[in-house]
Order: sequence, then structure tokens, then C-alpha cells
Amino acid sequence: MSDTDTTLATLTEVSDDTRARLHEQLVAAAAADALLDVAYRIVDSPLGPLLVAATERGLVRLAYQREDHEAVLHTLAERVSPRLLHAPRQLDDAARQLGDYFAGHRREFGLPLDLRLSRGFRRQVLEHLVTIGYGQRESYAAVASLTGHPKAIRAVGSACATNPIPIIVPCHRVLRSDGSLGGYVGGLAAKQALLRLEGAG
Amino acid sequence: MKRPFEEIVTEHGATVLRVCRAVLARPDADDAWSETFLAALRAYPELPADANVQAWLVTIAHRKAIDAVRAESRRPRPVAEPPDRRTAALEVEKADDLWAALRALPPRQREAVALHHVAGFPYAEVAARTGGSTDAARRAAADGIAALRRRLTSPHNSSEGATQ
Repeated sequence: MSDTDTTLATLTEVSDDTRARLHEQLVAAAAADALLDVAYRIVDSPLGPLLVAATERGLVRLAYQREDHEAVLHTLAERVSPRLLHAPRQLDDAARQLGDYFAGHRREFGLPLDLRLSRGFRRQVLEHLVTIGYGQRESYAAVASLTGHPKAIRAVGSACATNPIPIIVPCHRVLRSDGSLGGYVGGLAAKQALLRLEGAG
Repeated sequence: MKRPFEEIVTEHGATVLRVCRAVLARPDADDAWSETFLAALRAYPELPADANVQAWLVTIAHRKAIDAVRAESRRPRPVAEPPDRRTAALEVEKADDLWAALRALPPRQREAVALHHVAGFPYAEVAARTGGSTDAARRAAADGIAALRRRLTSPHNSSEGATQ
């Protein structure tokens, strides 16, 4: 049986190069047939690997590693579409803009956004957050007032905590009224690092 | 709950490719692989949650490969191109010999070997896909493996001496 086993072992070999080439072909065909509902890639950053995901409408998710990328992909499959593929090229622009931002060369992102993962008041908060400029800071209370719900300070906090596209939707620019950091989906060290980056720029 | 399709490709991509290569030569096998996963991606949201994903994929792959064989047999035969010796590595050449030998088997043996030994289906599943009894599937696979071994060890087909 042993030479048959050897024969069969050869039959079951598929090289990594072949896998990569075929995968790339599949992504291209899926995109051409409008079957690529969610494309994602991992972007390296000073704050660790970031998962970025986009639909045909725009960027739908950015996740820090501490959010567990595998879990994030499962949630996207459930809430957006299971037609989800690793498609780095579809996110070249997002990766380049993030790289520029972390290098201090970019103060604004020019990327279409898909805010479908956020509803109601939380979404209203996110739409306000994108108007807070680079290096600026706003308090949770001010955001609550500016979105027309001055008493909803806690709700602003939870809208920031559940922001599906941190960094690009700059919830890190929202602090407590006394100037302390409050919370951050990427961890307080990440929030501090972003504020420092924008302060220096 | 439906898993991301990327995980399905990662888990079953190699198996589907083996099924395609058992029936088709490159690059037709690669095309059949892409067509299989594209068709699967299209239908994936409607696939029942408790479905056996691998069996589903292999069924699609098998059908795509058979379709390609039929299309090929209707096309006029082109003059065979000599393989490019400069770029073909020895390992690839050996693997290609093996796949060619597999494809040269009679259809029933080839399918039985592909589905049982390459894709990993039990004989009852092979029989369900190819028709006939479980015993017939087992015999066809055994005959196929025996023929494959004879072909690969015969001096005519051996590349050992020629390539060294």
C-alpha cells in the first residue's frame, strides 16, 4: 500500500502560490459579477493590525485587534452579508489613506462611508463626529447638545463605544468635560496615541 | 448563522481543486475551480444552515468539471503544444504526470478515485454521485488505483532516468 499512499499524497498537494492565484481570480470574478458584498483586508498600523471592511457603498467597519478580527468577520457575515472575501486590492485606497494619516501626512479622510451598522441616535452621533476636525476636541456633553439631545450624554458615550469605523469616524476626539479621556474602543493608550499624533501635526 | 464565505474557501479550496484536477487538465481545472466557487458564492446566502458544505461544493465542482469535459469533446482537437521545459520544475512535472495518468483512467474508475481518494467521500457517497452500487464504486476505485500504480511505475512513463 505504501507507494499508493505516496501517490495519493502527491494528489493532495496544493501549493500556497496556487491557492493565492486562484483566490485572486475568484475575487476578481466575484467583483465583476457584483457578488462581493463585503471585501476586507488587514492594514498594519502603529496601533497594531487593523481590519478594514467595505461594501459597495463604502467603508463599513474598522476594527482593532482587541475586538477579535475573526469575531468581527462573523458579525459582518451575519449583519451585512456572508458573501465576504479577503480582497486586499478593493481596499488599497483605504490602506493608503490610513498609512498617510499615521505618518502625519493626512488630516482628513476622503473615503465613502457605509454607516448601516449604526442606527437611530447612535448613527446621528456618528454623522456629527465626522464634522469634528483634525486636532480638535469636543466633550460628550457638547456632542449631546449639538445633536439636539443635551441630556443624552451617556447615549453619546455608547454611540462612541460602538462606533463601527473608529479613527475614520473620529470618536477619539470626544473627551469628558473635565478633559479626561473617557473610554475608547481601541483602548485608552490608542486614544492617547491618536490625540498625540494629531496634536503634533 | 452563516459563516464568512472566505472561511469556506480556505477550508475547502484545496479539496475542490483536487476534484477539478482529477477530471481536467490545467488551465481548465483552474477555471472549473473558479466557476465552482463563483456559483457557490452566488447561492451561499440561501444554503440551509445545516447543509454539508463540502459535499455541496464537491457536487458543484464535479458538475462543472463534467460540463467542461463535454464542452472539450465537442471542440475540434488542437495540435498539442509541447510543455515549456525551461519553466516546468521537476516536481510540477511529476505531479502533472500523475494527474495526466489519473485523467487517462476510464471514466468510472477516474470518478471513483477522484471522489473517494482525492475528495475523501465514503464509497456510499461516491455511488450516490456516480450511480451504481457501493460495491461497484469500491471496485472501480480499487481498479483505478491499481491501474494508476501500473502506469506510473511502467518504464514507458517513468521520468526518473530521463530527467536526471
